[in-house]
Amino acid sequence: MASIQVRDLSKVYQRDSQRIPVLDGLTLDIPDGDFVALMGPSGSGKTTLLNLIGGIDTPTSGQLLVGGTDIARLSGPALAKWRSRNIGYIFQLYNLVPVLTAHQNVELPLLLVKMSGRERRQRARTALEIVGLGDRLDHFPRQLSGGQEQRVAIARAVVSDPELLLADEPTGDLDRASGGEILDLLERLNREFHKTVVMVTHDPHAAERAHRVFQLDKGVLSQ
Amino acid sequence: MALPLSYNVRNVMQRPVSTLTTAVGVGLTIAILIGALSLAAGFRAALVQTGSADNLIVLRKGANSEISSGISRQTAAILRAYGEVATDARSRPLLSPEVVVVNNRRRVGQPGNSNVTVRGIDHEALVLRRGVQVVAGRWFEPGAAEVVVGRRISTRFEGCRLGDRVRFGQRDFTVVGLFSANGATFESEIWGDNEVLMPVFRGEVFQSVTFRMRDPARFDAIRRELESDPRLGVDVQRESEFYAKQSEMLANLIRVLGGFITIIMAVGAIFGAMNTMFAAVGARTREIAMLLVLGFSPLSIMVSFVFESVILSLFGGLVGCLMALPLNRIVTSTTNFSSFSELAFGFRVTPGILLTGLAVAAVMGLVGGFLPALKASRQPLAAALRGA
Ligand SMILES: Nc1ncnc2c1ncn2[C@@H]1O[C@H](COP(=O)(O)OP(=O)(O)O)[C@@H](O)[C@H]1O
Ligand SMILES: [Mg+2]
Repeated sequence: MASIQVRDLSKVYQRDSQRIPVLDGLTLDIPDGDFVALMGPSGSGKTTLLNLIGGIDTPTSGQLLVGGTDIARLSGPALAKWRSRNIGYIFQLYNLVPVLTAHQNVELPLLLVKMSGRERRQRARTALEIVGLGDRLDHFPRQLSGGQEQRVAIARAVVSDPELLLADEPTGDLDRASGGEILDLLERLNREFHKTVVMVTHDPHAAERAHRVFQLDKGVLSQ
Repeated sequence: MALPLSYNVRNVMQRPVSTLTTAVGVGLTIAILIGALSLAAGFRAALVQTGSADNLIVLRKGANSEISSGISRQTAAILRAYGEVATDARSRPLLSPEVVVVNNRRRVGQPGNSNVTVRGIDHEALVLRRGVQVVAGRWFEPGAAEVVVGRRISTRFEGCRLGDRVRFGQRDFTVVGLFSANGATFESEIWGDNEVLMPVFRGEVFQSVTFRMRDPARFDAIRRELESDPRLGVDVQRESEFYAKQSEMLANLIRVLGGFITIIMAVGAIFGAMNTMFAAVGARTREIAMLLVLGFSPLSIMVSFVFESVILSLFGGLVGCLMALPLNRIVTSTTNFSSFSELAFGFRVTPGILLTGLAVAAVMGLVGGFLPALKASRQPLAAALRGA
């Protein structure tokens, strides 16, 4: 179950003595298994909303039910545990660990669960095979293309089998062709593996892949 | 729960220049520490090696060194007849009344003079000193104007090589042999016949009597008996303790001085390590935030970075060990404060000292890595992910 219910959500950043309101009483429902694109001008709060849904940031006010858990009420360690079990994160800049191989990068999330080394290696290998990189296990990130790096990042996001994938401009740094491959992958993860996907993007072509598109502007959401 | 160690090892290797700079800083500190400790150990070893636990040395009551002591012929004769003295196969007592003086001599290769201990011994009691061996020439003949020279000083002082003539008082002596003594301080002495040397220096008095105990386990009883004998007026110590005590003061001084220099350098090196680690944490802000997002706990991030700092410093410690190892071959000299004569000895870089050096390096890494690791574990997630 990875439905998302956002109720009257607000986020205000505080910089020095200045209040910066980013999200203003936002309400949103995303059912389990949906594929949603989130668009909007730069600085409109897309990353902020994604971070809130993913438990990376905490809201100023409002309710945030993700998979039935009210995550606005979770504290640091509990939130970290919740994230590791329920969320797969995909960043614009991949955020792979440069000194670890593709295989080791994908293994990272599994270090947090009780599991034999053998099973861990096997699962990481399977995840890399799903993203089409079964032949690049021992390559370091610098030996891979941007598109391949992002596919490793996707393997890392799905290896612990979370129900919700959050992708922040996953194709923002890629050319058309590699970007297309990433979108194919996300579509497939949604369709075949029933992952709920929330994707922030600037690209209308990317947004077309989603079932629904939301526009965020000046802290307000429209469909 | 923890990040793999290879993550840290590879990160350390990933930045060779900063790793090497930091390692050299830590390494120099550790090399100094090892140098001081091995100097103290070498000095101590030379003195401890000198004494034997089943020998006993008799000095005048209240004298704390041989040169400030005096033992009359009469006292020496009473001791020679004492029942607790061990005897050799021909029933001769293993006892040596000795004349000990300090002689000022020119050094070779260095300007100025220095003191050498000259010891007149009972030739028949040579077996008393285990491990003493002629390495060139022969022993002196009893009654002859001949001496043998310890191998450590024969090339450090003028007139001390085999065949040379040395003048003591009004008499010339021939160097007829060189001897070794298992690294003991005796190797820094000149030995001759006690009866021949006595009139040359101080007249009718010995400075000490050393004898082998028939039963070393009875040391306490022997000591009580001799020290309370009003005819004698002597203090009694095990020979081994006598020399060990001499070593303590200077060995401690070396350790304290070495420790002091080490601490000053360590502060610098710790700041170096801290700087490197802060830079590493700064460069990996987003990476650390990503690990936190994945669910790694702040504590495990912190432990990981402290580990990284310790690995870095241990590498520095290894560099320090390598820098210090060649010391093992260096022989140096110092003034033995108990006899005010020159004492030559070698650095002793032991496995224990190397381990101490590595342990200190690890502690430096722990201290230097703490704050950067704390910073790493406390990244505000959302901001760090934006690369702020
Ligand atoms: N930690 C922060 N402190 C203050 N302001 C912030 C912080 N993070 C983001 N902001 C501001 O919030 C607004 C929305 O940012 P963001 O969610 O990244 O927008 P988007 O992803 O749509 O480009 C921006 O104006 C940004 O400057
Ligand atoms: Mg953004």
